[in-house]
Amino acid sequence: MMKKQYFLNAHIIDPKNLIDEIGGLIIDENGKIEAVGKKVNKNNIPSREKYIDLKSKYLFPGIVDMRVFVGEPGYEYKENFRTLSNAALSGGVTSAVTMPNTSPVIDNVSIVDFLKRRGRDKSKINIYPTASLTKNLEGKNMTEFGLLQNKGIIGFTDGIKTIQNTRLMSRIMRSAFDVGSLVMQHAEDYELAENGTVNDGIISTKLGLQGITDLAEKIIIDRDLSLLEDFNCRYHISQISSAKSIELINKRKNEVDFTTGVSINNLSLNENDIGDFRTFLKLSPPLRTEDDRVELIKGINKNLIDVIVSDHKPEDEESKRLTFTQAATGASGIETLLPLSLELFHNGSVKLSKIIELLTSNPAKILKINKGNLSIGNDADFCIVDIYKPWIVKKEKLISKSKNTSIENKKLQGKVLNTFIKGVELFKI
Amino acid sequence: MASLKKAIKISQKHLLGIQDLSISDINTILNEAKNFISLNKSKNKKIDILRGKTQINLFFEPSTRTQSSFELAGKRLGADVMSMNIKNSAIKKGETLIDTAMTLNAMHPDIIVIRHQDSGACNLLSQKVNCAVLNAGDGRREHPTQALLDALTIIDRKNTIQGLRIAICGDILHSRVARSNIYLLNMLGAEVNIVAPSNLMPKDIEKLGVNKFTNMKKGLKDCDIVMMLRLQNERMSTSFLSSNREYYEYYGLTPDKLNHAKEDALIMHPGPMNRGIEIDTKLADDINKSVIKEQVELGVAVRMACLKLFCE
Repeated sequence: MMKKQYFLNAHIIDPKNLIDEIGGLIIDENGKIEAVGKKVNKNNIPSREKYIDLKSKYLFPGIVDMRVFVGEPGYEYKENFRTLSNAALSGGVTSAVTMPNTSPVIDNVSIVDFLKRRGRDKSKINIYPTASLTKNLEGKNMTEFGLLQNKGIIGFTDGIKTIQNTRLMSRIMRSAFDVGSLVMQHAEDYELAENGTVNDGIISTKLGLQGITDLAEKIIIDRDLSLLEDFNCRYHISQISSAKSIELINKRKNEVDFTTGVSINNLSLNENDIGDFRTFLKLSPPLRTEDDRVELIKGINKNLIDVIVSDHKPEDEESKRLTFTQAATGASGIETLLPLSLELFHNGSVKLSKIIELLTSNPAKILKINKGNLSIGNDADFCIVDIYKPWIVKKEKLISKSKNTSIENKKLQGKVLNTFIKGVELFKI
Repeated sequence: MASLKKAIKISQKHLLGIQDLSISDINTILNEAKNFISLNKSKNKKIDILRGKTQINLFFEPSTRTQSSFELAGKRLGADVMSMNIKNSAIKKGETLIDTAMTLNAMHPDIIVIRHQDSGACNLLSQKVNCAVLNAGDGRREHPTQALLDALTIIDRKNTIQGLRIAICGDILHSRVARSNIYLLNMLGAEVNIVAPSNLMPKDIEKLGVNKFTNMKKGLKDCDIVMMLRLQNERMSTSFLSSNREYYEYYGLTPDKLNHAKEDALIMHPGPMNRGIEIDTKLADDINKSVIKEQVELGVAVRMACLKLFCE
């Protein structure tokens, strides 16, 4: 049992409950939300109770990050549940969907037991593990969606890999439909993207690197949406990167049911940021042109994109201190997801409430979990944010075990001050 | 005094690519190279301006002319030249490029010449060592000394590059020579035509300020220089072309196609050549038209100039 807690004078944004107002939050003795919103103020709380005056700082539901790589099991030297939690909490992330690309791969029931136990014992944040779509990520044989789901698997994806075989994909969709599973696809046609490391265009030509055409993404999305017409399971495109994909999604949005994610990297950076072979910006999907980036933002404002993810992919120094071709793909980003997303608000690209929706209630809805909101009776998972506080991203100050940030030295505005899970303050700046 | 001179002469510490050089840098290198042409033809070819300096050649890819050219250039200037044998080195045991660089750096070389199969390898190396790094070819990105020697060859025959129309033909996609030449020839005022089948044409190449042709005859029209490139079959994992026979028919340099260029057009090729694939064997050896041997000869002079200018 804890003491009741009162927070007043916060700017509360809770997209699920359509709250965007100055108000308060009361947390009961069990760490649940008792009351929220403008009706909670100094006048209607017991006068003897102590309260915290947030002085118009922002209060958001805890962020739900739908695409996170953790090194457990197998790559603990890159990130473990403990380091991941600490990094997440410092960025206001209270729930993370973890990818199955571990060693061994999360593809069978026995490993899920291990994972759940580790997640429970070592992690401070809510961990929602996914399992792979195919055994050992080989793109050949399906995993046991039903059994895995019964063990607590939230969804299915091959993570950094794509199902290439169309027949297999159609069967995956049918099986997923039968047991109600969520399928998440990383969209990339391997033949078109072979050996590619950056966007196919003037930058790949200048740097002399093999390009990845935006068609590699579009073709897989197009194929999957066509299959979905016949076998309509819960289907989510993990991340898109290009104007071509937005155009396609716009065309199909009213014909089939699906959802779409985007990495904050693709919303904030473009291929020019790669500069002189900066391997920390070797990402998948690759950073594309400024026009692509602008179209992705328009896509958010037209409700064509549902979720923003960090695509947090911790890689140790050794995997990045190589030539661009040899270097590992991915960037660490869970702790900068919210601050970097706020840049879209500060530069006038996206409304603040929209950004929070894509970081909280939307992912929760897709995952069918009761998180990412401040509904009465729910766990009090939330963060308090000074959205104007300026700071500079420094590699050595990152909490994640791996320091491969894509935005080293970037000036940001907005910092998480406190993060709570089940009413307990687990992070304080 | 020598280091003071160098600081004034060249704006860059390393020679990683033509992109980084100014026109004045390029003219400095070309003028310096001219001085060495006669030296290379004389009986005593050795001088001692780099005496006491150490040059390490680090070739991760096989090379005949570039490696021997750099080796000769260093020796003629009096430097101690060491060519690393990659096959027997720790690199084969899994050592990374950066670790190799640190090891070599500890031996205090004055200059490292590197060729590597990955684009940007020389950039990475240059960030980790104290000495000057000369790029002898990195992946598909740049091969600056090749472009410089090509420019010197053209100037030697045509007196200038300004105003010339130059066609670069063949496997542009995989070619670092093409990229370096596009930058250099553009800077020196040439009009550059790129001729390649669509499968070997890099995306958005026209943004580098060149004209793009898939028809060779049109691309060669009124050209002063026809630069042929080697078909890099070793870099082609999947089918780019139907056959060498068809490639020769459409993109091989034959007398018939050469007729579309100017009558006094010169033929160039960075070597090694695939005779009968990208170039007719008689044309390659035609001393009135082909300057391929001259390219090799001037290559040594250009590398001597680069070693001198970039070596402190």
